[in-house]
Amino acid sequence: MAQPRADAPSKIILAGSDLSRVVDRIAHQILEKTSGATGTVLLGIPTRGVPLAHRLAARIHAFEGVEVPVGSLDITLYRDDLRLKATRALGRTELPPGGIDGLRVILVDDVLFSGRSVRAALDALKDLGRPSSVQLAVLVDRGHRQLPIRADYVGKNIPTALSESVKVAVTEIDDTDEVRLIGGLQ
Amino acid sequence: MIKHLRSAADLDAETATLILDTAAEMAALSGREVKKLPALRGRTVVNLFYEDSTRTRISFEAAAKRLSADVINFSAKGSSVSKGESLKDTALTLQAMGADAVVIRHSASGAPHRLANWVEGSVVNAGDGTHEHPTQALLDAYTMRSRLGRLDGLRVSIVGDVLHSRVARSNVLLLSTLGAQVTLVGPPTLIPLDVAAALSPSTKVSYDLDSVIPDSDVVMMLRVQTERMQDSYFPSAREYSRRYGLDLPRMRNMPEHAIVMHPGPMNRGMEIAPEVADSPRSTIVEQVANGVSVRMAVLYLLLGGK
Repeated sequence: MAQPRADAPSKIILAGSDLSRVVDRIAHQILEKTSGATGTVLLGIPTRGVPLAHRLAARIHAFEGVEVPVGSLDITLYRDDLRLKATRALGRTELPPGGIDGLRVILVDDVLFSGRSVRAALDALKDLGRPSSVQLAVLVDRGHRQLPIRADYVGKNIPTALSESVKVAVTEIDDTDEVRLIGGLQ
Repeated sequence: MIKHLRSAADLDAETATLILDTAAEMAALSGREVKKLPALRGRTVVNLFYEDSTRTRISFEAAAKRLSADVINFSAKGSSVSKGESLKDTALTLQAMGADAVVIRHSASGAPHRLANWVEGSVVNAGDGTHEHPTQALLDAYTMRSRLGRLDGLRVSIVGDVLHSRVARSNVLLLSTLGAQVTLVGPPTLIPLDVAAALSPSTKVSYDLDSVIPDSDVVMMLRVQTERMQDSYFPSAREYSRRYGLDLPRMRNMPEHAIVMHPGPMNRGMEIAPEVADSPRSTIVEQVANGVSVRMAVLYLLLGGK
């Protein structure tokens, strides 16, 4: 897919406290939809899904005092485009000590786009155990799905053109919290 | 990423570190229930072994299978090689079968370099004559890093039959690239000075094991390769063992954190005492386990991408 040039015009969609409010709302929705987040595990997809998963767990704990286990799930080796690009470095897969068998797994990612990362994540999960159910939480849904996949929790729907790209920055990695839409603007 | 792994000199510090980091992630898989990844599905890896090997061949086979590659094992015994087929003709046969990678062990130094000119896929050197064994050096470096936390500035003594050791050559190259300080120790007849200098100018040489041991973070013992020795390089096995064997009193002189390594197979009682080989300081069994993770990393990085 064509990437916008580095000097392409860009627009900030969410910044600082807006992003925190969105995370708060997803945390509330998770509590509501899962009746208090019992028997639930959050698995972040590297890179930026991991800090987002930790933030959700922290907010859920702040709201209702429930400790939700957090882990990370690297999908690199399960991607369907491995051979189309140069070799990628691996991220970390780390399950919480209780594993995922029989639990509700909520996958956490920054941007939902083609749905191929989520498909890879579902394949990776299958090799790690058997959750009772799997849900998906994303900070941004930018549309253009190529697979029959939808998110259970969406922070913000951003209608985009294919020529645009969405960049999520989080303080833990990028020293700032923002969602930026790059390219395609006048 | 590089295409072939023929020599430890093919690796710069960045690539070598990437392999070690990838191996660390691969190692985490060995604890899972399903120890299989789809990354190399549909790719074919040929193990072409002209020399006997236990751990290296099994290790490469396990690594390729865990990444879902198809594995074809070829050993010279029982193949057309015993009818006189040349390496080139064997290579062309493998090429026609569509091998994506050829892992080769050969008694002739440089065989992997020749092979790389004849096949289209990646070539991985699994030991060629007395020349190199780069994946062994990678797994040794991985073991040192996981036990001692770093490689930069580490003092590594490689002891014994350096002359016939491909493990030593690859280790000198790789460890120097990664910032370790290597000292080669052994009888003068078994230390090729010109080679030591040519591999890396920072390499030191010593003929006195006892003076080196207290200043070593890692003591790597090499097997005395009697099968490659046409002349007598030392007066007797007993004398060799006395001067260059690692026994308990010598191990007690090592710094507290220091580890003992051996690439295997061991001559227990010759270069290493059984009590030393089985002590908690010895990483010999760990090295074998790490070998699978490191070879998975190498195969993934060579074959996984475009």
